[in-house]
Amino acid sequence: MQVNEFKPLIVAFCCNWCSYAGADLAGNNRLSYPADVKIIRVPCSCRVNPMFVLRAFQRGADGVIICGCHPGDCHYTSGNYYTRRRMTLLFSMLDYLGIEKERTRVEWVSAAEGAKFASTMNDFVSKITQLGKNKRLEDLRCKK
Amino acid sequence: MVKFSCEKIDLVFAEIAKTAALYIPSNDKNNKAVFTKWQKGTKLCDSHNTQIGPKDLFFPQTEDLMAFKASNKKIEIIDTRKESEDFVIFGVRACDVKSLEILDRVFLSEPRDSYYAMRREHGIIISLACTRPSEACFCTTFGIAPSEPGADISVWKINNEFFWQANTKRGEELLLKIEHFTTPAEPSEVEGEKQRISVLMKRLPLANLSTNGFGKGKTNELFEREEWAKLSEACLGCGTCTFVCPTCQCYDIKDFNTGNGVIRYRCWDSCMYSDFTKMAHGNNRNTRKERFRQRFMHKLVYFPENNNGLFGCVGCGRCISKCPVSMNIVKVMKKLGGNV
Amino acid sequence: MQKISRDKLIKKASNLLNSGIVRCVLGWKRGEFDYDITPNVFTTEKELIDDFVWNDFCGANLSKYLVSKTQGVDGKILVFLKPCDTYSFNQLLTEHRFDRERAYVIAVPCEGMADINKIKQITNEGISSIEFNEDTLSISTLYNEEPIKIAYDRVLSERCLNCKSKKHVVYDELLGDDGEILESNRFDEVEKIEKMSSEERFEFWQGELSRCIRCNACRDVCPACTCEKCVFDNPESGVENKASANSFEEKLFHIIRAYHVAGRCTDCGECSRVCPQNIPLHLLNRKFIKDINEFYGEFQAGEKIGMRSPLIDYTTDDIEPNEAVNRRDS
Repeated sequence: MQVNEFKPLIVAFCCNWCSYAGADLAGNNRLSYPADVKIIRVPCSCRVNPMFVLRAFQRGADGVIICGCHPGDCHYTSGNYYTRRRMTLLFSMLDYLGIEKERTRVEWVSAAEGAKFASTMNDFVSKITQLGKNKRLEDLRCKK
Repeated sequence: MVKFSCEKIDLVFAEIAKTAALYIPSNDKNNKAVFTKWQKGTKLCDSHNTQIGPKDLFFPQTEDLMAFKASNKKIEIIDTRKESEDFVIFGVRACDVKSLEILDRVFLSEPRDSYYAMRREHGIIISLACTRPSEACFCTTFGIAPSEPGADISVWKINNEFFWQANTKRGEELLLKIEHFTTPAEPSEVEGEKQRISVLMKRLPLANLSTNGFGKGKTNELFEREEWAKLSEACLGCGTCTFVCPTCQCYDIKDFNTGNGVIRYRCWDSCMYSDFTKMAHGNNRNTRKERFRQRFMHKLVYFPENNNGLFGCVGCGRCISKCPVSMNIVKVMKKLGGNV
Repeated sequence: MQKISRDKLIKKASNLLNSGIVRCVLGWKRGEFDYDITPNVFTTEKELIDDFVWNDFCGANLSKYLVSKTQGVDGKILVFLKPCDTYSFNQLLTEHRFDRERAYVIAVPCEGMADINKIKQITNEGISSIEFNEDTLSISTLYNEEPIKIAYDRVLSERCLNCKSKKHVVYDELLGDDGEILESNRFDEVEKIEKMSSEERFEFWQGELSRCIRCNACRDVCPACTCEKCVFDNPESGVENKASANSFEEKLFHIIRAYHVAGRCTDCGECSRVCPQNIPLHLLNRKFIKDINEFYGEFQAGEKIGMRSPLIDYTTDDIEPNEAVNRRDS
């Protein structure tokens, strides 16, 4: 048995129309993914302000994943296209500042892709577990 | 008074650092002088004043005051204070020594600020006479003699020797610790240097700046002067001048929600900021002109009003070299003062 | 040294002022020394003659002042703009921050501005006077018998060494000859950082940003930062802070600040010029500019009025975020 096994805290921003429904489907189909993933439902992936991502890290997240409808399928026509540009620049900047690039991810998950949701989360959690605790974007005041 | 040759300075620093944290002015990688915690290899930099004064060693930019935790309808208050370590600051200029006197007036008068007082009790200040003042220096305007820097120990660097003169009991105790590196010296040995500095100060471009027209009782005369509008025109409303100022002492107290409790802390504040001293009814000073006026009136009128004529500026020149738009206290004094 | 003389600028401004075409003149005012220049509004010819300056220390970008100075008053303001300042001017117009009709732009050619910090690194403190010659500055100090002669290129500010354009993109009147858009090496430093390892980058930025004292000078001088109430000043925002309590907040502030001006930043370099702690803030903005150029095509904010910023635009085949970050490493 491993002692002090690292359990990462993952924040997943999921859009209401696709990815959140995808997570629901994963549940209905009894597909398992780690309970370390905390889902925050947003009306559209483009609701995710770069500040949300940073704030999640501040409050102790070890990884942040943003899930939305596949490009072209946005409930609001074009929201996820903006998300894509915004997160591209944000992730690139975080990488530039020396924050591990594996800690942030964008995935497109539709309402029909319960299996993809589960496998994406499983994969992301295992990557973050390998990477270890978020040290470079931590706020020591927020440690318990 | 004692003296020792400059080569021994690292040995002296090592000796002091054995019993206390030692801070000395050292060049950072941009070649700017900053107070740096001494460790083996930290080099004392040449004769310039530091980018920012020693203020934050006594009054840090942010400081936790206490913490709160809520559980089962109870709020627990946690005292986060830690006893300060003993520390020594070397190389404090006369202007910065004076600035601590000004901060003392604020923090050590009733009600006494225990956080500041604790650091003050644990800190020994070794001053250093200026050898090469900058063109922006105007400490003599406020009656400060850079050749007599004061504090616990006064130090002069003359040619290849340091002269240390203890001024307080704590200073004498420290001199005893480094006794084996020093030889006795006569006060007359630094007279020449003092003379040289005094002559030098008279040659500075701002040497003739006068405090005429400012000080106690000048509030009504200066407050409504129309020049304030013009003077404040270029001001960006940033806090550079306040944060590099060794005497600016305003702070804000804020709560930070950590997600599992609250930390109450204080941090430097700037009267240049739009939400400075913001209260339930809004803000006292809504325009940039009012905020700009506040800073200079505080230093040149309100502070002396409440402190027997002691001005709230020490003429260190930092705001002059750091202001993004080069608007500073000297320009204000020349515009509004009794003589130009 | 600047090729256009101060007298020529004063003459032009005085004519426009006296003929009533402009109400006042936004320019640079001399200070106590030869280098501490303050942006100023001049209203009479006498003021101009007494105090106006045009020299190698007129680095301040005057375009942002138009936002406040054009409000609530009639008539035109004459503003002197260097080539890089004209980009900021256009960007402000793009964002409808003031009325174009209220400004009378006189384009001033610029030979690059000197950096007083670089000069002080050479001469040390105690500068008593600075004389401008053709290719050198002649600096007298309180401590040297003879003036110290320094070649311009040694003390040219970083942003001018990497000048992107000598061409004015907007003006009502041009003094002298207009220049060209230049091939600059302004992304070299960014590339150097990109080539470091993740740990090295972290160390580098940690070292730079930890010096931040949160004076907000970078934000307050920035012509792209014209929000009525900044999120960092707003107690309701949850991120308002007057001092960076720890390394997270230092990063939060600078990432968000740079991000907020991404796609709008013209790379005028004012943020780095004013930083009292000498943090190379332009390297954050330039990273965004470089990424935008690479991912979404060349884009120069402020080149034309009314250009759509790449961050409020998209194409259906944009690069995926994780692919973009991974691609650089491969």
